[in-house]
Amino acid sequence: MEGAELAGKILSTWLTLVLGLILLPSAFGVSLGISEIYMKILVKTLEWATIRIEKGVPKESGLKSSASVGIIQRDESPMEKGLSGLRGRDFELSDAFYFSKKGLEAIVEDEVTQRFSSEELVSWNLLTRTNMNFQYISVRLTAVWVLGVLVRYCVLLPLRVTLAFIGISLLVIGTTLVGQLPDSSLKNWLSELVHLTCCRICVRALSGTIHYHNKQYRPQKGGICVANHTSPIDVLILTTDGCYAMVGQVHGGLMGIIQRAMVKACPHVWFERSEMKDRHLVTKRLKEHIADKKKLPILIFPEGTCINNTSVMMFKKGSFEIGGTIHPVAIKYNPQFGDAFWNSSKYNMVSYLLRMMTSWAIVCDVWYMPPMTREEGEDAVQFANRVKSAIAVQGGLTELPWDGGLKRAKVKDTFKEEQQKNYSKMLVGNGSL
Amino acid sequence: DPKRCSCVYFEVDLNPTCRLLGGSASLLRLYHRFRALDRNKKGYLSRVDLQQIGALAVNPLGERIIDSFFPDGNLRVDFPGFVRVLAHFRPVDDDDSGMRDPKQPEPLNSRMNKLRFVFQLYDLDRDGKISRHEMLQVLRLMVGVQVTEEQLESITDRTVQEADEDGDGAVSFLEFTKSLEKMDIEQKMSIRILK
Repeated sequence: MEGAELAGKILSTWLTLVLGLILLPSAFGVSLGISEIYMKILVKTLEWATIRIEKGVPKESGLKSSASVGIIQRDESPMEKGLSGLRGRDFELSDAFYFSKKGLEAIVEDEVTQRFSSEELVSWNLLTRTNMNFQYISVRLTAVWVLGVLVRYCVLLPLRVTLAFIGISLLVIGTTLVGQLPDSSLKNWLSELVHLTCCRICVRALSGTIHYHNKQYRPQKGGICVANHTSPIDVLILTTDGCYAMVGQVHGGLMGIIQRAMVKACPHVWFERSEMKDRHLVTKRLKEHIADKKKLPILIFPEGTCINNTSVMMFKKGSFEIGGTIHPVAIKYNPQFGDAFWNSSKYNMVSYLLRMMTSWAIVCDVWYMPPMTREEGEDAVQFANRVKSAIAVQGGLTELPWDGGLKRAKVKDTFKEEQQKNYSKMLVGNGSL
Repeated sequence: DPKRCSCVYFEVDLNPTCRLLGGSASLLRLYHRFRALDRNKKGYLSRVDLQQIGALAVNPLGERIIDSFFPDGNLRVDFPGFVRVLAHFRPVDDDDSGMRDPKQPEPLNSRMNKLRFVFQLYDLDRDGKISRHEMLQVLRLMVGVQVTEEQLESITDRTVQEADEDGDGAVSFLEFTKSLEKMDIEQKMSIRILK
């Protein structure tokens, strides 16, 4: 009897603390400053750890340089210069040198494959998962690491799981309740309140620290918001600061329940799997949505897949054919505190969330950018590239023309044909037959 | 004392391979790259793993380069085999040529071996000669559908005629090297791995 009473008391104290310190402030959008203190302590600890590592590691076996520097010295001269000739020159046996060198360079290091795995860190952040060259340095460092593991798994993880649970339940219950009301401005206001509160709770469930820049450009109703994609958490990060209408496939399971509940409170655009294949249907429904100026802005990730937040890959043109105003948003995570990238081939959703909840924190910057519209004489692809460049520049990311779909599929033959065309032009001149 | 790289899957005797590449740091980097390309963690690479590299798949000679990793009908290439091909592209350093023991076989990154690598890109059946037919096929790989059959045949005829000295209608390795004797192979066929 005593044991059960004690457990009951502990549980109720725990829940009251959580309620008072986290849930209530979330509802009002107020912060008590606890997470700021946590972050300060964390930063100091990581700085100390970095100094100790640098002192401890001998120089030759040193830390691997960051992936952005590159393994090989590259000569980025275009095909014409590399083949040392002018237009209309003849084929030489030595042409194969250029192509074989380029080919071998690609084998040693290519721009795309490295984007589908987590970014390498220059200095260790006390998480074994990020350092491939983990080696013993000193007793003190190992002790701090062990302490870190204890803190993360025994203190932070239960707290975060509790919060996540509460957040999601509140979302489902709240939106279902709000959905019962007749359509009115009260309903919209309540639905916004529910969404924002639950999102804030969920963000605290990840110890997220988000900095929003240029809030004056926040996406407006009747527009389309596009952003670079790193993980499913992107959605959470954006919806904490504003309400959006999501676009996506109807899932089963927990996701499905959340989706069905959300759509009762405010109109999201969920598609059946079969409907997704029909591009005209998708475009039509999206057009209808943005035509209604009272509806929330649509949130779309044009890359179509998760990239590791060091670069922005090709934006699929579908979102840019709908018309309407595009509000670009750049999201950049700070990998020092936790790696937010979802490598879907390596981790499923549950183990990904577990990794998120046992990281130190999720720290990111969100930049809202001035709205853009398609100009005269610009087609969807050019417009998509223009938006992509803007986002890459703002977020400090590299820009790549490659398709994120290369994660799973081979490159399209059209790209190879382009290379062959370039080469052929050099051999036989401009269409002289 | 042979250097060994022990890792989860297998041990590799790296001493000769180390010399091929100039140091264990470069070797380690290439090993991580090998692991990254090996998508299903098989311990070896297959053609598909290399074809997944976008920049290689769009290379006009991409298929021939991939072929060079799988000689003699092999379907797999392990890490030493991977390194052996890459070693052809190691820059030729000055101190190498002076100290080399003439009794040892020529290093893979010598001028001769670099030329042999490219020769084998053209020599489809590896018989030591590039026939007119082989030249035509490789050229077709490089230009795709962009060039007509007649144009391609005239280019092939001209190339073979220029290089062929003994009039047998094919280009042997010696004729190949002779036609390229003035070319700066070292610069065009070297990939420098950053320290």
